[in-house]
Amino acid sequence: MTDQAYNFAYLDEQTKRMIRRAILKGLAIPGYQVPFASREMPMPYGWGTGGVQVSAAVMTADDTFKVIDQGADDTTNAVSIRKFFEATAQVATTTKTSDASVIQTRHRIPEEGLTEGQILVYQVPIPEPLRFLEPRESETRKMHSLEEYGLMHVKLYEDISRHGHIATSYAYPVRVEGRYVMDPSPIPKFDNPKLGGCPAIQLFGAGREQRIYALPPYTDVVSLDFEDHPFEASKADHPCGLCGAQDSYLDEVITDDAGARMFVCSDTDYCTGRQAAGHKGKDAA
Amino acid sequence: MIDDDTPLLSVRRLSKRYGAHIGCADVSFDLYPGEVMGIVGESGSGKSTLLNCMAGHLAPDQGEVIFDTAVEGPRDTLLMSEPERRMLARTDWAFVHQNARDGLRMGVSAGGNVGERLMAVGARHYGDIRGTATDWLTRVEIDAGRIDDRPTTFSGGMQQRLQIARNLVTGPRLVFMDEPTGGLDVSVQARLLDMIRSLVRDMGLSAIIVTHDLAVVRLLADRLMVMKSGHVVEDGLTDQVLDDPQHQYTQLLVSSILQV
Repeated sequence: MTDQAYNFAYLDEQTKRMIRRAILKGLAIPGYQVPFASREMPMPYGWGTGGVQVSAAVMTADDTFKVIDQGADDTTNAVSIRKFFEATAQVATTTKTSDASVIQTRHRIPEEGLTEGQILVYQVPIPEPLRFLEPRESETRKMHSLEEYGLMHVKLYEDISRHGHIATSYAYPVRVEGRYVMDPSPIPKFDNPKLGGCPAIQLFGAGREQRIYALPPYTDVVSLDFEDHPFEASKADHPCGLCGAQDSYLDEVITDDAGARMFVCSDTDYCTGRQAAGHKGKDAA
Repeated sequence: MIDDDTPLLSVRRLSKRYGAHIGCADVSFDLYPGEVMGIVGESGSGKSTLLNCMAGHLAPDQGEVIFDTAVEGPRDTLLMSEPERRMLARTDWAFVHQNARDGLRMGVSAGGNVGERLMAVGARHYGDIRGTATDWLTRVEIDAGRIDDRPTTFSGGMQQRLQIARNLVTGPRLVFMDEPTGGLDVSVQARLLDMIRSLVRDMGLSAIIVTHDLAVVRLLADRLMVMKSGHVVEDGLTDQVLDDPQHQYTQLLVSSILQV
């Protein structure tokens, strides 16, 4: 170890052990927020310190690592975290979803279906779904332990009374295996149906809030709703401007000062893959 | 009614001390279905401590609070597990705070406030929840058009009425009220009392009302308990206690009412 500046994947082995224990507990109790001793990471809070620690704890030298930020492989957050693990763990990195064994994500689930053996690591800013309804952490923990989730529906009720429909469009609360209500991190609700029955392991790390939670493969995950206002996975009603995909989640990009705009896949890997396969959207050059 | 012989709530030798200081000591009474009991006394006499001990907000040092539960019959609520007690608190019980802000969610609309207890016991149909909320707002004399307004935009009297609607929406059998008219001006008080009285009569509620205002108990309560320094010094029918007070403290209390 003396010839190296850092231990493998930056964190020391005792820290990784502690995080792995939290992950195992989280997997054993799907949706339950496990407290862990979050470390200072060489990046600011809000940049994925929780996700990075979880990735570091599960990573092996044989892994292939992918980072996406809002679906994209080429934004600052994604590039810097990818470089971080290239430098500290010398792992192979990729942008292809199907080639990766560990995928760290900020606010998206890849369009391409995940497979068994893959691990999806989410960066979570606020793990507590009840936070803005009940500010006392002591009280929300009690509500989780006693399964008192009526308040979560109060939030959805307020949405409908104010907007006529459930206007929550990201961080849409879900119920895991009929037990814990969980914040799926700020993924668009378009991605919510992909949480349940997923063959990959899903791990959630919140660094500042010091919480880890997890969904084992093929977990039952249900988005909360009302009988007369059922959950709807929504997206912009357009095809992708570059690859023409009808079924992917889209970013709206303003292209000039006159209000012109285009809709493109937020998942860059999915979009480039489709373009390489010959699909073309109306805005493709 | 067949169950008239079983008290809805039996309190036995309930005591709570704050260190060397006595909160309330050795309180026993029975409350029968449909009965309204008033607890009066000056500030610091232990009446709020007693109420909070009964409602499960404070853990008493000794005694029993036996509630006639709908399913399992009489049970000591102090020996219940916390989930059971909290379930009771949002179904069969209701608690009206003196300050409406303590009992309401100020960041949530009036409809959401009323609907919360419904959703807490499993209501998942938006239209039904909203219908019930509208109905209850009307019953407590709040314009149904204000269903989407937050309680912060309501006057003190309206907030208090909203709190009552929020508590009664699940049809509780026992209501604890801590100074429900405190801090309201006299005409608003009168309307509120009138409303509480008709709700209690219509729904056949039992209630325990803590107050220092003898006019409130005169209007609402069937029976009365007078507390001083943590002890019950006199109890009986309201009119009897107020018209013919026996204990010297009760005599002082009754004679202290300002005549206008």
